[in-house]
This record gives sequence, C-alpha cells and structure tokens, in this order.
Amino acid sequence: MQFIISRYNPQIDKIPYDQTFELDNTQISTDSMLLDALHLLREQDPSLAYRSSCQEGVCGSDGMNVNGRNRLSCITPLSDLPQKIVIKPMPGLPIIKDLIIDMELFYQQYQGVDPFLQSEPLDLQHEHLQSPEDRAKLDGSYECILCGCCTTSCPSFWWNPDQFAGPAALLAAHRFVIDSRDIQHVDRLKNLDSPTQIFRCRHIQNCTDACPKGLNPSRAIQELKSIMVKEI
Amino acid sequence: MNLSDNFPIEFYDALVIGAGGAGMRCALKLTEQGHKVAMVSKVFPTRSHTVAAQGGINAALGNVTPDQWQWHMYDTIKGSDYLGDQDAIEFMCQEAAEIVRELEHFGVPFSRLESGKIYQRAFGGQSQNYGEEQAHRTCAAADRTGHAILHSLYQQNIRLGTTIYDEYYALDLLKTINGEIGGVLVMNIHDGAYKILQSSHTLLATGGAGQVFRNNTNASINTGDGLGMVLRAGLPLQDMEFWQFHPTGVAGKGMLISEAVRGEGGKLRNALGEAFMEKYAPHVKDLASRDVVSRAIAIEVKEGRGCGANKDYVLLDISHIPEEVITERLPGIRDISQTFLGIDPIKEPIPVFPTCHYMMGGIPTNIQGQVVSPDDLGEQKVVKGLYAIGECACVSVHGANRLGGNSLLDIIVFGRKAALTISEALHSHKPNRSNTDLNLQSIRQRLQRWQKRSETSAETSAQIDSVIQIKKSLQQIMDRGCGVFRDHQTMQQAFNDLQGIQLRLDNVCLTDFNDVFNLERLAGLELENLVAIAFATVTSALARTESRGAHSRVDFAERDDQAWLKHTLYFQEAHRLVYKAVNLHPKHHVAFEPKPRVY
Repeated sequence: MQFIISRYNPQIDKIPYDQTFELDNTQISTDSMLLDALHLLREQDPSLAYRSSCQEGVCGSDGMNVNGRNRLSCITPLSDLPQKIVIKPMPGLPIIKDLIIDMELFYQQYQGVDPFLQSEPLDLQHEHLQSPEDRAKLDGSYECILCGCCTTSCPSFWWNPDQFAGPAALLAAHRFVIDSRDIQHVDRLKNLDSPTQIFRCRHIQNCTDACPKGLNPSRAIQELKSIMVKEI
Repeated sequence: MNLSDNFPIEFYDALVIGAGGAGMRCALKLTEQGHKVAMVSKVFPTRSHTVAAQGGINAALGNVTPDQWQWHMYDTIKGSDYLGDQDAIEFMCQEAAEIVRELEHFGVPFSRLESGKIYQRAFGGQSQNYGEEQAHRTCAAADRTGHAILHSLYQQNIRLGTTIYDEYYALDLLKTINGEIGGVLVMNIHDGAYKILQSSHTLLATGGAGQVFRNNTNASINTGDGLGMVLRAGLPLQDMEFWQFHPTGVAGKGMLISEAVRGEGGKLRNALGEAFMEKYAPHVKDLASRDVVSRAIAIEVKEGRGCGANKDYVLLDISHIPEEVITERLPGIRDISQTFLGIDPIKEPIPVFPTCHYMMGGIPTNIQGQVVSPDDLGEQKVVKGLYAIGECACVSVHGANRLGGNSLLDIIVFGRKAALTISEALHSHKPNRSNTDLNLQSIRQRLQRWQKRSETSAETSAQIDSVIQIKKSLQQIMDRGCGVFRDHQTMQQAFNDLQGIQLRLDNVCLTDFNDVFNLERLAGLELENLVAIAFATVTSALARTESRGAHSRVDFAERDDQAWLKHTLYFQEAHRLVYKAVNLHPKHHVAFEPKPRVY
C-alpha cells in the first residue's frame, strides 16, 4: 500500500513537500485503521509527526486531510481508502510540522462564543431540572470533540479565520442557545447577528460532510438563524 | 537549546500538572479563589483521557432507587476487597451528591428522568441497604459521561480564564535545597524549549499508565508521567500490584465497552450460549464487581468455552434490549461496535475480553490531596509542596478493585478538595515568588542522556533498537507476566525480562534531534516512566502472596487479612518495599470489618 504524506520540518524546509511511503500488505489486516498504518510508518521514520491519543474517535486529536477529505485517522478504515492514499494536514491553519497544524485560532474562535452554561444563581442542594424533551434537544450538538475537521474544511473560515467563528464554534453556540437551563440566549444571539458571524455561513455544508461524529453544524447554524429571526 | 544554559523561570502560586477531569476541577477552584495558577498538559485539555469515560459517576442521589451515601460507602469498601482506606471512602461518598449537582450546574448535559432529575443507571457492585437489592446510583450523560464532564470543565475554565500551558510536557519535579518540592521543569512540545515553572504548590493530576500493558483501553498518552516523576524524586508509589482489567474490552483490540451495557441489561454468554455469570455471582450475575467478572471470563475461555475460531473471547449480548433504549442510552457503544467490529449490537452480540483499564495504585496521598511518604520511623509525613489527585494518586478510595462509576467521582471530589487545601495554605502563607535555588543536576543529566547519538551508520540504523520496539517488548512482558491471573514463576520471569528492558532503554539512541514536535524524544521520556512503573508493579505483585481484588494469584488463591491487610509502598532505589496500615477508622460511620466477598 502506498502513502503520499505531506512533510514539513520548519527547521529544515522552506515549504512542505510530498514523501512517498510503502507498507507491505502483510503488515495490514482487513480491519486496520489509517492510524494503525501511520504508527507502522513511524517505525520506518520516527520523525513523522501527527497527533493522536485515544485511538477510538473521542479525543479529537488526529484530524487530517485524507484524499481531499478531513477525517480522524483512528476511525478511518484502510479498506475504505484507495490503494494510493494522499495525506495532508487539515487546510486553512498554519502548519507546525508534517500533519500537525496550529489550532490556536480555532480554539480562540470557540472561546469567543462563550461556550459555557450561564444560568440563574443555583443552590448546590438542588438539581437544576431539565425535562427529557429539553435534554434531547442537545443531542447532536454537545457531542462535538473539537477535532476541527469541520471548521478547517469551511471556505468561509478559510477566507476570514480571524473574524468568522466557523462551524465548530457555532455548533457550540447553538448548544447553549437551545439549552433550557441557559438564560443568556438573547445576548448570545445578538453577538452572533453580524455579517462576519452567523451570516458569513453560506451553507456550503463541507462541515457536515466532514464531521467524523456525524453531527450537522450546517443545520445547527440554520436553526440559529431561524431562532434569531423569531427572537430578535 | 544548549543544556548548560539557564532555563527561563516563571512563578506561580500553584501548578496543576495534567488537564483531565481532576486537573481541570482543581485549576477551576484555584482560579476561582483568585490564585495565580498554571495548568500544564501535554495535550490540549479536551484530549485528556477523561474524555473516554463512558458509563457515569456515582452519587447516592436516590433519583431512581432509594439510596444513602452510607450504602455507597459500604459497596465501595466491599468492592475494594477491604484494602480501601475507610476514612477516604467515607469522605468521597459523602461529598458525591453535591459534587454531581455542582457538575450539573457547570452545564454537564446529564440524561434525564421524567421528573427532570438526573438519570441514574445500575452498575456493578452497587446495592441498597448494605448488600441487598441492586442500586441505581450511576449518574449518566448517555454513554459519554466523561466527554460531557471534561468539556464542561474546560468550558468553565474558559469562563474564568485559567492559564493553560497546553502541549507542554512536564519532565521532572524540582527540589529546593531543603528537599521540598519547588516546581517542575517543562518542555514546550512545539519548539523543544525548556522552562522552569516555580511554585510552592505543585499538584500532579497526570492520570493513568495503562500503556504498560499491550491490551488496554487507555489512550497512548497514558504513560504515568507523574508516577515516574515521583519515583525519580525518591518518593514511593502505593499498591502498584493492583490493576483493573475491565471485563468488556473489544476482543483483540481493547476499546472499552462500558459497564453501562450490562447496567442496561446486557448479558455475557459463552460459546454454549450460557449466561455464565449466574455460576460465578448467583445473586447479582452480570453486575458483579469488575475483578469478579474478568476472572469469570478468563476461566470460561481457559476451560474451552470461548467463542470464535480461536475460542478466545465471550459475547456481550444486548439483542433483547429495546432498540430505543440502545439508541438513547448507549449510542457511543453502538458507534464503537460498528466502527471497529462492523457489528450492530442491536442485531449481533459484541465479542469481548478483559483488557487493562485502570490503575488502582499510585502516588500515596492523604484526604487533603497532599502526598505522603514514610519517614525513617515509618511514620507517614506530608511531602512539602507536592499534591496528587485522580488516577495517578492513591488516597486510597479504590483499594484492590475499583467500582465502575467511582473514578469520575474520585477525580472531581479530590480535585476540589486538593484545591481547597492549596488555597488555604496560600491564604495563610503568602506565596513565595522569589528565586529559590532548585536542584537541576539530575534533570540536566536526564536531558543529556537523550542527546546521545548512535555510533552506527544510517544505513544499518533499521537494524538497531528503538524506543518503539522497547515499548512493544515491555507491553508483551507485562501482558504475559502480570495479567488477570498471576503466579510466582511468570512474575519472576517478567521481573528478569524487565531488567533486559532497562538495559535496552539505557542504551537506545534517538534518530531525530529536531526541536519542533520531536515525538520520538517525547516517547523516550514517556518510556522511562513506563518502565519504572512496570518495575513497581511486578515487584509489588511478587511480594504480595495472597489474592485480593484485582491481584489474583493462582499459587495463593485466598485473601489473607492476617498478613496482607496493608498497603504496599514501592521505592525505586533497590526496588525496596515497605508497608503501611489500611485505615479502618471512618469519622462518622462505624467501620466495616473485612468479610468474605460474595456477589
């Protein structure tokens, strides 16, 4: 099996270049994931750099661009991929080394939507009740793992990464706007009501296509727009 | 950087090493109290392994079945096979209800009951009224409770603006001339630059070390870095023979299949289709303690009743559970089964086998989160300036076997408690922000060691040893020598083999000497910790000639309270062991005397 992997070491290289690796098919089993293959390639070249941790798709470390699509390597079966696999860092953010990108801007955009519950003052002696129906509304929003697959596949983010929050941050904003326990949803909506914020989203839907957890940021953003029209 | 240069120094009121659930709960409290705190993590906080916890967090809320913290206390002590410290367990169980409500107020999206209260499910080893009917005590956010808690804690830290050094690796504790802990040396993984973080209060929350075993549910970052640091500082580790093998890891792969599956009604079956737990735990069956269920599975397979071509696993069957319960309560498990096995558990059972999951042992601490170590007279003394919480610590609330749902509780309870301890100390003594001399000699030697270059030429370098190969050998040795069942001979062999590993580790050279994201060097530093932990485990396990909780010996099959109702303390120098008494003196409840443990 052939892998063409984008390499870049800032201490040596001026620009990234592609390097071809080969793996013997005997080293791969039918249920191997792409991450298993990368671990084997790292045995060939210990300097090959990519992030990974949980190896089961919940920590969100190993987002990368595989044959043109952002994916998590640990839950991408090799059997789903063609014989020649082209791996690049996720686009739209600076490359630090090989497949590792600088996600600072992504995190800042997330932090910028105040992604924390703001409720009325609560008493620790009592639970903050929520009906199962209201809780069910959070399904599809709270499961985000901040891997960045969606945001770094969004053309609107590529264009204005410093201004546009991007799909992951807006999905988080949605999660708090619709949480029945949050009391700041009007302020949250007002902060998003701008041409560089929520209306920068053109529903290209790359985000939804890219999400390795099957979430739908595009629909969440659409829902935010419709709540906005009704409430402010 | 030239290693003879002076390292830049920054001063903090408190340092929190690790940004999992424990570290983030602690840092949140310290920041809220107005202290200048830095949280250091080798990964971005939400990548920490708390994120992978599935089933839930225990608290006697009584939302589903009647409950009391005293019953939770009893179950935890029994689950620990009486090795848990009863004062610490009592404290944890008393705090639990408030701790969970506080998490809920932080925004954790718990699943809900019709009443609007937090959903609680059945979990192993939990009972009502001191050993009677099954209790529903485990508060859950579907089967993604760890994710829900970790993200909510990160969000709260954003709210308060906690200072976070993410993708910084903590190398070693630094001591003052008085021998107190005065900070840590960290490395920025982005550029390889070293920095001293100086503080009179350093807290370790570095998590587990499941990477010492090949078959494990743990993330690759779980390399026990805090434990290695403590051993190198000349301090002991406690109860390192006790590792939990989770009964239901994905067979041959290791991913966790939560106990929640059995809590929601899942049954284990052997090749004959028998629900075999009825034999081993007639009363609670599939919801016995994890050590009991893991041994049962291992016995079924050993006696030839395993499933599959190699008869090397059993099946976890949930096909009788209504589909809507699975999609609502176990969506993550269904996802894992489909991704890694191509199986939809609604239709087909999941192949499972015990896999290393959790380290009950760790850095010995008291209830305040302060690290303790025996003095020359054997008296437990607080190590000034050092704290530990969560999986890396041993307080000890899990004893010889942890109950499911108690690890998330442990990290939050003691995360908050340790923060209060540090905060109190900071309020009574103004933090020292002047430059105290720190001993850097041993850390400079350690860094120098990883500069060593191979004398072999590049063409033959493929033949020579590597950090990756040594780690693989280590994991094989531990799988063989210290698994679910142990005996003297296999463990002695493991100990001898580990000496070979140590030799290889001492001689191995890196091939990458760049500074930016040098993951080979990072893996080398982590491997030093793993090897140190493996020695602690095998040494402690060899000495304990009894079976208790997860430490199950074929050659000493019974528990021996006369000789072994005591904690092991392991020191790295000469692999020395000493022992300390189990605390049998809770403050509010009468003590629970050791009894035979049946489920």
